[in-house]
Amino acid sequence: MMSFEGRGSLDSVNLDRQDYDYRSAMSGITLSGETHPLALSEEDLSSNEYEVHDDTYVHTQDNSSRNNTGVEIAVEPPSYADAVFTPYMGGREDMQETVGSSGPLSSRNGFLEYVTITVTDPQKEQENTASLVPGGNTYFTYLIITHTNLPEYGTNNSSVRRRFRDVVALADRLAEVFRGYFIPPRPDKSVVESQVMHKQEFIDQRRLSLEKYLRRLANHPDLRKSKELKFFLQCQGRFPLTASIDMSSRMLDGAAQLPRQLFGQSSVALPPQEISQPAKGGRDLVRLFKEMKQSFTNDWGSAKPLAFEEDKEFIEKKGKLQDLEHELNEASLQAESLVQAQLEDGEVMGELGLALIKLAKFEIEEALVSAQKVHALDARRIATAAVKASRFYREANAQSVKHLDHLHDYLSMMQAAHAAFSDRSNALLTLQTLLADLSSMNSRVEKLSAASSKVFGGDKSRNRRIEELKESVKITEEACELAQKEYDQIKARNRTEFQRFNSERQRDFFHMLKGFIHTQVGYAEKIAHVWKKVAEEARESLSKSPESYTTRSVAIS
Amino acid sequence: MSVSSSSHHSDHSYILNSPGAMASRQRSSLRGTSSLSPVAPDQQYLSISVTDPVKLGMGVQAYISYRVTTKTNMEDYRGVEKMVIRRYSDFAWLHERLSEKYKGIFIPPLPEKSAVEKFRFSAEFIEVRRRALDVFLHRIASHPQLRFSEDLRNFLQADEEIWAMERARSQEGTLFKKKPSDFMQIFKDVQSKVSDVVLGKEKPLEESNPDYEKLKHYILELEEHLGESQKQAFRVVKRHRELGQALSEFGRAVKSLGDCEGGSLGKAFSGLGGRSEFLSYKLQNQAQDLLMNFEEPLKEYMRTVQSIKVVMGDRAQAFRQQQELSEATKLKEINLEKLRLVRPDRVAEAEIELREMRVQCDEATRRFEEIVKRMQKELVRFQEDKTHDLGLAFHDFAEGQAQLANDTADAWRTLLPDLESWSQVAENNGI
Repeated sequence: MMSFEGRGSLDSVNLDRQDYDYRSAMSGITLSGETHPLALSEEDLSSNEYEVHDDTYVHTQDNSSRNNTGVEIAVEPPSYADAVFTPYMGGREDMQETVGSSGPLSSRNGFLEYVTITVTDPQKEQENTASLVPGGNTYFTYLIITHTNLPEYGTNNSSVRRRFRDVVALADRLAEVFRGYFIPPRPDKSVVESQVMHKQEFIDQRRLSLEKYLRRLANHPDLRKSKELKFFLQCQGRFPLTASIDMSSRMLDGAAQLPRQLFGQSSVALPPQEISQPAKGGRDLVRLFKEMKQSFTNDWGSAKPLAFEEDKEFIEKKGKLQDLEHELNEASLQAESLVQAQLEDGEVMGELGLALIKLAKFEIEEALVSAQKVHALDARRIATAAVKASRFYREANAQSVKHLDHLHDYLSMMQAAHAAFSDRSNALLTLQTLLADLSSMNSRVEKLSAASSKVFGGDKSRNRRIEELKESVKITEEACELAQKEYDQIKARNRTEFQRFNSERQRDFFHMLKGFIHTQVGYAEKIAHVWKKVAEEARESLSKSPESYTTRSVAIS
Repeated sequence: MSVSSSSHHSDHSYILNSPGAMASRQRSSLRGTSSLSPVAPDQQYLSISVTDPVKLGMGVQAYISYRVTTKTNMEDYRGVEKMVIRRYSDFAWLHERLSEKYKGIFIPPLPEKSAVEKFRFSAEFIEVRRRALDVFLHRIASHPQLRFSEDLRNFLQADEEIWAMERARSQEGTLFKKKPSDFMQIFKDVQSKVSDVVLGKEKPLEESNPDYEKLKHYILELEEHLGESQKQAFRVVKRHRELGQALSEFGRAVKSLGDCEGGSLGKAFSGLGGRSEFLSYKLQNQAQDLLMNFEEPLKEYMRTVQSIKVVMGDRAQAFRQQQELSEATKLKEINLEKLRLVRPDRVAEAEIELREMRVQCDEATRRFEEIVKRMQKELVRFQEDKTHDLGLAFHDFAEGQAQLANDTADAWRTLLPDLESWSQVAENNGI
């Protein structure tokens, strides 16, 4: 927290009282229970909203859509709720600094519902299973403490121990379940760093990044209420979810859901374990191959696929996002070097100050004439000012780092956007594949029927085949419907998430800019004040000093 | 006279001219340009400036030549104003000559002879060197004894051909050598009383003057402090420049980001970028200021301390010579008495030798005492100059930093109201 001295102009500098306004585009995708077992349910939406009137921003749009009753899997852009919450801040200080706040991004998430997460207390533990290496595998666990008033969570406070592997599992599961959402990326596995860095340093860094990650999850209006996150934050003992293996499995699993839904388990919420199983066995592989073939056809085939990305707006937005990512990357890099340069600049100023203090002290001690002493005293004051200034530079820099971090944060969120867009294209691919399947099945039926009708009395085997095919067609038609729904759902989520991403980014960047500039102004004023004082004192001594303007060029002593 | 606290140092910044000098300069410009008549001491002026560095020659043999302009009304000078072209080695020559002839005086230091940087001849290197040469001549011109040096006159006035001859002539008789042994001697002087083993004498060939001892310690310690300060000052200059660079690139990247974002946020980013670039420029200026007006003065005093050490070496040498001759004289006296008894025929010869030896001894004593006397005065002068010059340098340093910080605060502050309104607009648009 910055502490400003009583400079008038600094009184107005106050990072806390900004009108932080969190406009959350609640993803008004109130889905029927059917499609997505873990999505927000209607009741979730209606029971948890509070509206607090703020002086400046009260803005509730589209009340009706908030209490969406019907199944609104819109093919067109849905009218998502734009419920506005204003932060219930009370006397809270700069939200960014508050430990356990709901996240560095959109930290004004305070409202009346909150999820506060802290990650602490790393501890070394032994792997229980027998291993080849005597002494076994060691790993670190972290204590994760959650305070919340969300009803979904049941209890207000929880604390569990988790290891990094659990976090990976959580992240992977969320990616499977929340297709189309901009899911904050998890911290890297960073194998190299763990070797290179000092163990303690690495653990600290990881702890911090885990905390950041979890807070960002808690910040997301949909993810915070997900069963996966709840599980993770609350379930004692071993984290039950096992990690999915890799991305292709993820895609497979996505495709794998459909047949499962198709064949008997469609309207039941799938137990999490099922979803996590990597795709194996015949049908799923077949699906994979089919989709790959479809993708190939999309790219190289002459015929247009039976469904395609129509949304020009989407393509535009995607392009813009890519540009933004490029610029953000550059800005993030330059911000890093700026911070580094500022740090070093401040440091050498301090070292200069120390060297000058020694020089001044020496001259004070050895001064033979009073005039010498006066100037040496000035010199010491100036040297001391340099040391003071150096400290201020360091403080200012630490603050700047926090502000400019937002750039890095949003750069990493780009990953989330990419993943969400991938979900969309994957869903489209699935749909296209099924449609192609359907079409080919139908044409086979036709052919068979035509052939069969030529045979007098009916062709028993052919007819049987026709019947079987017609069964498959029906099932495939259902699958197509579901795939279409899924695809539309994901498109809608993309849209709202994109919107939310944009408005949050805008808000956060303004916050960042204000914070950064306020810091710069505040510290620059402090530093100027320090220098001005000693410069004035020195100037006075110079003008008083009798020798200052001895005319050496003329007088011959 | 009031202090004009500018952070720009003109060439003669360290010591200003008095009003009297100004007036007399005007008066004397009306006089004829041939031999100058004597002028009253308090109305004499000698103003020298080193300007217009020009690179001449090619490749390895390239060098920089400088224009040296003299304005004076002192007698023995052939005109009121004169301009000549000189190069670094010419300055070095002058320095050597003065060091030879004016023992005991702290000869103003030259900038370092740098073998490496010379080849690169960066603009900054040239400017820094030019200033140092300018200060060098200025200090000589302000020195009560050095300003009357004939070598100085030749340096300032001799046309090219004559100058070339002059240098060739003096080359033969040059006793130049800063013998490493001299410095070693100083070292020994300071650390312990060393008895001269060669002569087999117990008597230390070193002054046992407590005040002088103190002085030597002072000079050495001062050298350390100055050296350290100068080094750190240079690092600050470097880091300022690097920060300036980083600010500039940050500004550029942020502006680009702003263009991509567009809208109010885009404007805000552009504002941030623009300010960054502006501050980068300010910072580069401050770095330059710091180099010229703080780091260089510190360096210059470092060099001055070196020249004091040279004088200390001269003093020690003169002392030794005087001691040796004094010993030798005593021996000769003893010998003479012996000869009177044993070999009367040699007495006359011995008496002559003794007389000569005594003369030399007196000469050595005189030389030594002159050095001591001069050193005394020089030290007072040195302290006064240092107090003033460093006082000014420190003040300018503080002033410059204050200015920079103020500029920084102002630049950022002016962005705030716009930032507020832009963020308002963004809010209202409800994106």
